[in-house]
Amino acid sequence: MIKLSIDNKPVEVAEGTTILKAARQAGINIPTLCYFELDGMNFENKPGGCRVCVVEVKGRRNLAPACATECMEGMEVFTSSPRAINARKTVVELILSDHPNDCLRCEKSGDCELQALAARLGIRELPFKGEQTTFKKDSTLSVYRDMDKCVYCRRCETMCSKFQTAGALSGVNRGFPSVVAPAFDQPLGESSCINCGQCVQVCPVGALTLVDNINDVMKAIADPTKTVIVNTAPAVRVALGEEFGQEPGSIVTGQMAAALRRLGFDYVFDTDWSADLTIMEEGTELLQRVGKVLKGEEAKLPMFTSCCPAWVAFYEKNFPDLLEYPSTAKSPMAMFGATAKNYFAQKIGVNRKDLVVVSIMPCLAKKSECAREEFGKDGNPDIDYVLSTRELAHMIKQCNLDLNQLPEEDFDSPLGQSTGAGVIFGATGGVMEAALRTAYELHTKKSLPKIDFEEVRGLNGVKEATVDFDGLPVKVAVCYGLGNARKIMEEVRAGNPNGYNFVEVMACPGGCIGGAGQPYHHGNSDIIRKRMEATYREDAGKPIRKSHENPDIIAIYKEFYGEPCGHLSHELLHTHYFDKSDKIEATLQ
Amino acid sequence: MATIKLSEDKIQIIKDICASFGNRSGEVINVLHGVQGQFGYLPAEVQQVVAHELHMPVSKVYGIVSFYSFFTMVPKGEHPINVCLGTACYVRGAEKVLDALKRELKIEIGECTPDGKFSLNCLRCVGACGLAPVAMVGEKVYGRLTPDQVPAMLAEYR
Repeated sequence: MIKLSIDNKPVEVAEGTTILKAARQAGINIPTLCYFELDGMNFENKPGGCRVCVVEVKGRRNLAPACATECMEGMEVFTSSPRAINARKTVVELILSDHPNDCLRCEKSGDCELQALAARLGIRELPFKGEQTTFKKDSTLSVYRDMDKCVYCRRCETMCSKFQTAGALSGVNRGFPSVVAPAFDQPLGESSCINCGQCVQVCPVGALTLVDNINDVMKAIADPTKTVIVNTAPAVRVALGEEFGQEPGSIVTGQMAAALRRLGFDYVFDTDWSADLTIMEEGTELLQRVGKVLKGEEAKLPMFTSCCPAWVAFYEKNFPDLLEYPSTAKSPMAMFGATAKNYFAQKIGVNRKDLVVVSIMPCLAKKSECAREEFGKDGNPDIDYVLSTRELAHMIKQCNLDLNQLPEEDFDSPLGQSTGAGVIFGATGGVMEAALRTAYELHTKKSLPKIDFEEVRGLNGVKEATVDFDGLPVKVAVCYGLGNARKIMEEVRAGNPNGYNFVEVMACPGGCIGGAGQPYHHGNSDIIRKRMEATYREDAGKPIRKSHENPDIIAIYKEFYGEPCGHLSHELLHTHYFDKSDKIEATLQ
Repeated sequence: MATIKLSEDKIQIIKDICASFGNRSGEVINVLHGVQGQFGYLPAEVQQVVAHELHMPVSKVYGIVSFYSFFTMVPKGEHPINVCLGTACYVRGAEKVLDALKRELKIEIGECTPDGKFSLNCLRCVGACGLAPVAMVGEKVYGRLTPDQVPAMLAEYR
């Protein structure tokens, strides 16, 4: 252990601890801008570039960046000496000298770390005048880029290239024109971007933001010729409350349903319902594949989950040779859309073109998923618009509602009732656990002795388990972060040495609860942990916790779909994947 | 999905260079050095093939190419001109020589004339400070240059 003092306070830390972390341990919060960590989730951005965290160290000539300086025995650190504060202010003033400073109309206003820093340091004037960068604005269906606001912290690059291994973003050019951008300054949509949106979640400023669809939805609601229905993803209910000052981990399912009704949605449904439907299809598909392999027939194992649209985009771009491994089951959102437009529209006597389906998602990739051509009919999409959790919060506030004051209400029928299995889809390991609960009972025709699969829960990046299906060992793996998924895919390519049968992949840290459309966590991984705890709390409180026991699911098979993986399911609830990788073509000349 | 089109023999040259460095992404700068030595410049398609061979994102390759001034995405002319802007040459009027070249060729630094004959670049010191200011056309060194000598120098190659 190393002993030192920070602001005259004695501190003892393990060797290798940075001044920044030692100070936090001592309750001293040194401001940072580029530094970003997701504790326990294998994500750290430490370029030591912004110099906001500089501190004075006795006996050292220059100021030390706290994020990149290790503690030494006997060190005397001063985080708030006049010299340190002065330097910190100058650094922020210099950053602001090449910033649009359009906070009043910036999407990030109120959530911006630079804005908060300027306020905290009491910046009242901008003494440095100089050239301003002007980069081309750029947008995919999910992510909007305005690099004039970039502070070059490179969090997005670390997220994109190290955590997700998507490799769309890199620092390019040198000197003043330096920017984080795709290769050749091509539009992000033409790069290897998978629209996970995690670059948006970690961006400290308004350089990377979401594509806002609030006005599209408001317009549809105001149109008297349209019937507008909504479905809400599992992870939204454990995070939405944060936007209204509630503690992280608060569950606001009932108030959210009430808010949606007051916003003017004609029917308030639940994506948890279609998560149960997904389990029926995916679980059945898994049992069919395993059954075939046991009979010596050809079937691809491991089967991968296919709910996460960033993950789907990732394997379509990077593993075109393995497209037969992921489940053909559509995501719960896409299954909801297909059921709404093909079954519910007919049931209430509305033309599918006059039924507008809105999804509330913790995700930005869903904004791209709903535009996939195959998820629709004759140019009319199954899901018309996707709003993120943050957009929903914004819309509720814009419409003069206070979530905290609303009563708890239920979802509407018939696409609203769900089980605990549908709820846990929002957390890493949840889809796996939900699938195991159903697949076990469908396969063994026995009741599960223990419903909780603790071994696939928690925030480890990769988890493994072997589940005994009454004599048949089923080996499963769960991972989040596409860097982890990439490793498993490469193993599968090399012959699946770990013998996995079923693998769950979610792109975002901790799963959908850490999605890019969720309230900003600003690197506080405790927030993600609390959302996870809330998810399992909600599951434990549900009277029914297995998808195949959901009465509305049993009813829809009886009334409409027939049987899981049957003819109509295949038409509406399953999909196929496309090779979207870059190709090198040799020409003669 | 993008399709990168490049001639068979060029792809082979790039593959050979990458293979000579064991297709290791850590060798990317050496690979780019070698490839630029072969083609004179590094167009986007070439960078795509390098990225593919070294199993790294093309954004990273482009990040490196756009960072180091040695690498260029603009083709070099038949006669690449390099003006030394090292300290000695600079104080002896290299900038005026450079201005004369820009005027004569009607191109800026880093560009190539439309006929592909000349390209113009700067460098720092060729080790001939005694001859300052110095410019090179191809491998030939011209010393003690003045702006009015520029047309005659170019005429040798026209």
